[in-house]
Amino acid sequence: MAVTGILGKKIGMTQVFDDKGEVHPITVLKAGPCVITQLKSLAKDGYEAAQIGLVEFVKASKVNKPMTGHFAKSNVPPVKFVKEVGLESSAPAAEGEETNGVKAGDRIMVDIFADEKFVDVVGTSKGRGFAGVVRRHRFGGGPKSHGHMFQIQGSIGASSFPSRVFPGQRMPGHYGVDQVTVRNLRIRGIDIEENLLMVEGAVPGPRDGYVLISKAKHPPRERRGFGGSGTVDPLKASKKASAGKKK
Amino acid sequence: MSINPIMQKLAAKLQRTDLPKFGPGDTVRVQVKIKEGDKERLQAFEGIVIATKQGPQGSFTVRKMSFGQGVERIFPYNSKVVDKVEKVRSYQVRRAKLFYLRGLRGKAARLKEVERA
Repeated sequence: MAVTGILGKKIGMTQVFDDKGEVHPITVLKAGPCVITQLKSLAKDGYEAAQIGLVEFVKASKVNKPMTGHFAKSNVPPVKFVKEVGLESSAPAAEGEETNGVKAGDRIMVDIFADEKFVDVVGTSKGRGFAGVVRRHRFGGGPKSHGHMFQIQGSIGASSFPSRVFPGQRMPGHYGVDQVTVRNLRIRGIDIEENLLMVEGAVPGPRDGYVLISKAKHPPRERRGFGGSGTVDPLKASKKASAGKKK
Repeated sequence: MSINPIMQKLAAKLQRTDLPKFGPGDTVRVQVKIKEGDKERLQAFEGIVIATKQGPQGSFTVRKMSFGQGVERIFPYNSKVVDKVEKVRSYQVRRAKLFYLRGLRGKAARLKEVERA
């Protein structure tokens, strides 16, 4: 079993105290349960992945007919939120099996993160509509006195030369409702019964927004006190092992 | 705005239940854990509760006079620093936040003692 991610919903934020008595802000995510709706294979699709859907007990009539047929193929319940996640070979002795230990119709629960310390979360940020430069690009804005004009941009370039505005000039426009990835959020708790995942820090999007949670792609390297004492830096560990052998 | 039932359940789980019931106008003795090197000891902070904040991130403010100087400490209810809270006595108060005590000293800062469950 080697799916690297799961779909979920953002529930809300709160805070927890750890054993040291320090307080941490946490985001509560409802992660899964998910079903694998389709397996993409190297032979057929050119890459290995699993297409998973978040089981929310939606009505069959809420899913369009093409998708209904798609779900019927792998005999899974109707789902609305579908994404692809990567596969990882769970053991080195996977022997390159075609199914890779997973098959369509399998359930994915939050327990895939039981041994993980960090996760990446992909969400859709809150919409801000047509936003000015101060909000959208964090410009300083104008003076608050001296015949003020508060939230203005100022100059957007020189005059007769070059007689045009350079591409990429930051200006007001639509802001938000973008895909945003937050990497390396530390897992602060897992509730397998309730399918809850508590991560430290904020997650993009509104409450009840859909998120894709996956195992950290680039978890932080072990430094003193960082990542906990349990994390092992593979680079350092291999160096240590080889140094030990030489002696 | 209603709270998500999942958050409500979680808040109930995280809330500590060993503290006695107390509110503004009560004098409490808070046993504070203090770490000195490897050793941990308890220090009492006794004063009047002048404000409380409810909810999953609730806290209470304790004010005392220390050598003629007013000292206030804010404790989160769920803080691991708070070992124990004892209710010493209660006073009659008519508001939820007793910030007006900050401007009063000596005899003027007295309150009427009452029996409260």
